[in-house]
Amino acid sequence: MLSNDPPKKDSSQENRTAYWKENLTYLISLLAVWFLVSYGFGVLLVDQMNNFRIGGAKLGFWFAQQGSIYVFVVIIFIYVFLMNRLDKKYGFSED
Amino acid sequence: MDVKSWTFLIVGLTFALYIGIAIWARAGSTKEFYVAGGGVHPFANGMATAADWMSAASFISMAGIISFAGYDGSVYLMGWTGGYVLLALLLAPYLRKFGKFTVPDFIGDRYYSNTARTVAVVCAIIVSFTYVAGQMRGVGLVFSRFLEVDINTGVFIGTAIVFFYAIVGGMKGITYTQVAQYCVLIFAFMVPAFFISLNMTGNVIPQLGFIGEVSDGSGVALLDKLDGLHRDLGFAEYTDGSKSMIDVFAITFALMVGTAGLPHVIVRFFTVPKVKDARISAGWALLLIAILYTTAPAIAAFARTNLIETMHNQPYAEMPEWFTKWETTGLIEWTDKNADGIITYGPGDITDPAVANEVKIDRDIMVLANPEIAQLPNWVIALVAAGGLAAALSTAAGLLLVISTAVSRDLMKMQLKPNMSEKEELWWARGGAAVAVLIAAYFGINPPGFVAATVALAFGLAAASFFPAITLGIFDKRMNRQGAVSGMIIGTLLMLGYMSVYRLGWFVGEVPPTSSWWFGISPEGFGTVAMVVNLIVSLVVSRLTTPPPREVQDIVEDIRIPQGAGAAHEH
Repeated sequence: MLSNDPPKKDSSQENRTAYWKENLTYLISLLAVWFLVSYGFGVLLVDQMNNFRIGGAKLGFWFAQQGSIYVFVVIIFIYVFLMNRLDKKYGFSED
Repeated sequence: MDVKSWTFLIVGLTFALYIGIAIWARAGSTKEFYVAGGGVHPFANGMATAADWMSAASFISMAGIISFAGYDGSVYLMGWTGGYVLLALLLAPYLRKFGKFTVPDFIGDRYYSNTARTVAVVCAIIVSFTYVAGQMRGVGLVFSRFLEVDINTGVFIGTAIVFFYAIVGGMKGITYTQVAQYCVLIFAFMVPAFFISLNMTGNVIPQLGFIGEVSDGSGVALLDKLDGLHRDLGFAEYTDGSKSMIDVFAITFALMVGTAGLPHVIVRFFTVPKVKDARISAGWALLLIAILYTTAPAIAAFARTNLIETMHNQPYAEMPEWFTKWETTGLIEWTDKNADGIITYGPGDITDPAVANEVKIDRDIMVLANPEIAQLPNWVIALVAAGGLAAALSTAAGLLLVISTAVSRDLMKMQLKPNMSEKEELWWARGGAAVAVLIAAYFGINPPGFVAATVALAFGLAAASFFPAITLGIFDKRMNRQGAVSGMIIGTLLMLGYMSVYRLGWFVGEVPPTSSWWFGISPEGFGTVAMVVNLIVSLVVSRLTTPPPREVQDIVEDIRIPQGAGAAHEH
């Protein structure tokens, strides 16, 4: 069981805290993009965005029905890349 | 061959495949029944998650709803994809590291309380039943349309199939069936989409056709043409919604957060070997889902344009065969009010004599009838039937597994009969699945509303109960039992109460008018409010009560670090 793990050393605790802080920084930045492309471009700013066009579609409408989804996929793959790098940096990689 | 023979052939072949896989991958242990042994490849899990996720509502109803709602339909597109970002970033890796079998497992251990576990079990069961009813209805609809049987007979046939393979295969059987079902459903969705896009815009890729020009040489953008048709008929412009901004915001948010909180989706991330697999698996799942979700709005716009042009101001006598065929199933209704033999289409209720509109169209036919409307070959039509069934069955199976696991593990094993043998637990799991299938069939025959609306409400409940409890359990070390339990109970009751009053009209005599909605937010979007209330209650109550014990804080420390997930799994 998890709770039976030996107590962590101080250095390890610092390492963990630093790892967690960097993780949170990634989360906040990526979630800001997540919010911007969907709730920003697709909902709150949709009328302003609709003054621009992408091909035959109004840009705000396009973000609400297409663009935001493409960005979501990219966000997850960027997160995977960043976290795999972070795991290695702090020696928490599972490989 | 005619459509019916093709349908029997293709549907029969896919069913044989699913049953074959279920027998090959039948579960021998509880670990295989609950999490497929924990050794699923991340890409395979991505495919299974995508099939699990994309329901009858996604496959059959979504394009139809968008087709009628235009911009307002965006809530489903963003809501049902954006949740994966939350899942990948905030939940999946940590829950995988925690390394047990169910969502109530996490809630019960993290909040060191069987009360919390029971609340989670009840929430999981309510959410899953609300959702599974829509799936069984979807199965019935597909059967009734393509095999020309009664909708209820269709529900029975679907029930029998799910009954068989969910009970035999458990999570292991379901996972590999879902991989096959993803292939069937995405192929079935994309083939007609390619044809229709090519017909309408000259571009084979629907996502490009969507922003392209109509292929009649006029140089008009497809969406501009559709906006024009809408204006002429008296509808709001297609690219310009009629819902209020706050409601669009609230519904999208409730769907996203609900997606991330749905137990049948979360549990899929317990089946991969490592934490990093859980992360990448969420990425694959969303990529595979996005293929359908970016095609659906294109199909919606194509179908809408096509439908208006084929039907409006045209003589009834010259309608294509599909029009009369769908009339007999009651999914299209036409009343010749002015007795001129010409179909007039527009906004408004056809039973109102003052309204010019003469046609009533069920949203669900947009995907099902699309191949016929676009005059595609018979085998494509049959393929769509098989795809709709794959979507409904895969989701139903995933949900039934959650219900059966909630009974056998979270209720029996963890609480009522802790000493029972693994064999006995497996029997409880199978029995739970069996009872759940029958109840789901009942809801399929007596549906609470049209398919996507029922599903949308399940999200509100997931958002109001699980999402805050799980994320706070990971990101707030100070969160304790009292906070989480009171938050979950108040959030769930608030959501259920609002839904009962404002959607079903219970306790108040009749459904209140939309002007009386709180903050102008519909029952579909109310999950956002209930979730925020849950968060606030949890935070306030936890700060007023004692911190969680040391060993629980150690669990939180531990799940934040990916290393050692394999070891944590063996217990």
